[in-house]
Amino acid sequence: MSKAAEIDIASVSKVYGATTAVHEISLKIPAGSYCCFLGPSGCGKTSTLRMIAGHESITSGDVRLGNVVVTDFPPARRGTAMMFQSYALFPHLDLVDNVAFSLKMKGVAKDERRAKALTMLKLMQMESYAARRPAQLSGGQQQRVALARALITDPEALLLDEPLSALDPFLKIRMRAELKKLQKTLGITFVHVTHSQEEAMALADLIVIMNNGRIEQAAAPRTVFEKPATAFVARFMGDHNVLSGRVTSIDDGIVTLTGPEGQSFTVRDAAQEVGKSIDIGIRTDRVHLEPASNRSLGFEGAVSNVEYRGASVKITVIGAGSDDFTVVVSDADYFRRPVSTGDAVSLSWALEDAIPLGRVSA
Amino acid sequence: MTAVATSGEIRTGNPRRSLAALGRLTAYLQATPLLLILGFFFVLPILMIVVVSFWDYDFAGLYPDFMTMNYADTLGSWVTWKTYLNTLKFTALTWALTLVIGFWVAYFLAFHIRTTTMQMVLFLVCTVPFLTSNIIRMISWIPVLGRNGLVNSALVELGIVPEPVEWLLYSDFAVVLAMVHLNTLFMVTPIFNTLMRIDRSLIEAARDCGASGWQVLWNVVLPLAKPGMAIGSIFVVTLVMADFSTVQVMSGGQSASVALMMKNQMSLLQYPAAAANAVVLLIVVLLMVAAILRVVDIRKEL
Repeated sequence: MSKAAEIDIASVSKVYGATTAVHEISLKIPAGSYCCFLGPSGCGKTSTLRMIAGHESITSGDVRLGNVVVTDFPPARRGTAMMFQSYALFPHLDLVDNVAFSLKMKGVAKDERRAKALTMLKLMQMESYAARRPAQLSGGQQQRVALARALITDPEALLLDEPLSALDPFLKIRMRAELKKLQKTLGITFVHVTHSQEEAMALADLIVIMNNGRIEQAAAPRTVFEKPATAFVARFMGDHNVLSGRVTSIDDGIVTLTGPEGQSFTVRDAAQEVGKSIDIGIRTDRVHLEPASNRSLGFEGAVSNVEYRGASVKITVIGAGSDDFTVVVSDADYFRRPVSTGDAVSLSWALEDAIPLGRVSA
Repeated sequence: MTAVATSGEIRTGNPRRSLAALGRLTAYLQATPLLLILGFFFVLPILMIVVVSFWDYDFAGLYPDFMTMNYADTLGSWVTWKTYLNTLKFTALTWALTLVIGFWVAYFLAFHIRTTTMQMVLFLVCTVPFLTSNIIRMISWIPVLGRNGLVNSALVELGIVPEPVEWLLYSDFAVVLAMVHLNTLFMVTPIFNTLMRIDRSLIEAARDCGASGWQVLWNVVLPLAKPGMAIGSIFVVTLVMADFSTVQVMSGGQSASVALMMKNQMSLLQYPAAAANAVVLLIVVLLMVAAILRVVDIRKEL
């Protein structure tokens, strides 16, 4: 239907008065991929998206779309289309006129633009509502109309600002699947801003995790989950425990760190130096309720909470300087040897399951 | 225990019904003060005017009667028609000018002033003239526009005109100028209110669709500002249609308006004739308001 474009963000910054919202980020989004910007509110992900769209001026750096540097282009000349968080459908126009809006701005004749808009609505299965006003639609329907309006310009990239946040949980999952399908059919680049890691994992080919205006990690979902680059990523993606300490010795690629309560842990890490602070991540489902074979691959703690989740049981443990060290065990394992709040437990994990976490240089 | 409670409930069944009746009565009681005020100060006077408009009169007194002579006189006289035409001319000019000026002032306040504090400050500045009375604001135009006023002396001394311009004061120009000055704020306020409620992402969405600044204004801002424009128009039209002091002072008695005609009739003690005139004016104004409401659905706004 249309060609996809690679998006290249080259050391882009955004400064609002005295505050810097985005710190010189650089990123390449491959053509035709589904990219999710993920992060807590205020991390700069929406500012970045709006800079790609052209709704926010770029303080320094450049944005390239395909082979064109679009830094100083107005939104409509960039070949991008944006879908707004609240959909921003024009309340005074019916659906056809909403979808045909950009064609009207270009001066396309009335019959032609209405026919084209109707085709677009048909693609979104909204043609039976064509004569309605946006206020008469449900959230999911409004989203489809907003998509139709964005796609009628044949964009090379579609930018979506928290598109699913206005929907109820059930619809969220359905529209998520529709978005993914649409992206596959159209083959254009989608850039999607969200604060839900579940949404990002489900949709993205490339997850970009941002915090404080910087990119913490940009990688495929599997890499982000299995090899989180920083403690922030590990915590934000969930299902990871983070332990912190100071490097006390390095022995043949095995780094030993000592935590605040004196426990030592080991992790396989290449470039480290003694005395530096370091974080390690351990996945919650890779921790066993067994005494460690090696003292540095586990600790003793007290159970503070047990949550039954059906197929698994989540146990929260206090110890080793962490008050919410989480262990997720399968229900079968748990009921074979149940523990309850207040019990002392031994935890252990394998050396391969301890992941060294880096820090983003400020 | 349960049985007792049940029987107690059955016994209280009737009092409960009377309680509901009392509740309904309370609602009416609560509405009574408003009903009295509206009835006494609004409905009753209008009814009086309607009743009096059918009475007979001469130079000495009013005589209760039911005759349509007052209406026949009013509608049959070419002076009435000319006066109505003149009033409508003032109304149309004032309406058009206040709408254009009011929209731009509101647009500037809503879209070009970035901080809310500054918006409020500037809005209050707009209302400052309202701290003085209508008459004073009107009369203060006289030293500005008069034969030896500010404008004329400036024009003459700069050598732009050889002698003072006569049409500045005591003319239709002066009437419309004063009316616009007096009524623009009634247009600014409701339009500013609607503009402030426009979701800013709509404007970004329009820009994303390739709309230029003027296209955004024409296709998004103006249609969404219509309810405010309608409310402002109702204010201005009703105020100008019923105006007599501005017309009298600013035209120097050379121009007439419907309300001025009524005032003259009353000073000649022709109350029934004035009442008939008032009823006709009321109907005309109501028709104009109905026309405005037909064009714009302001219920969406309220």
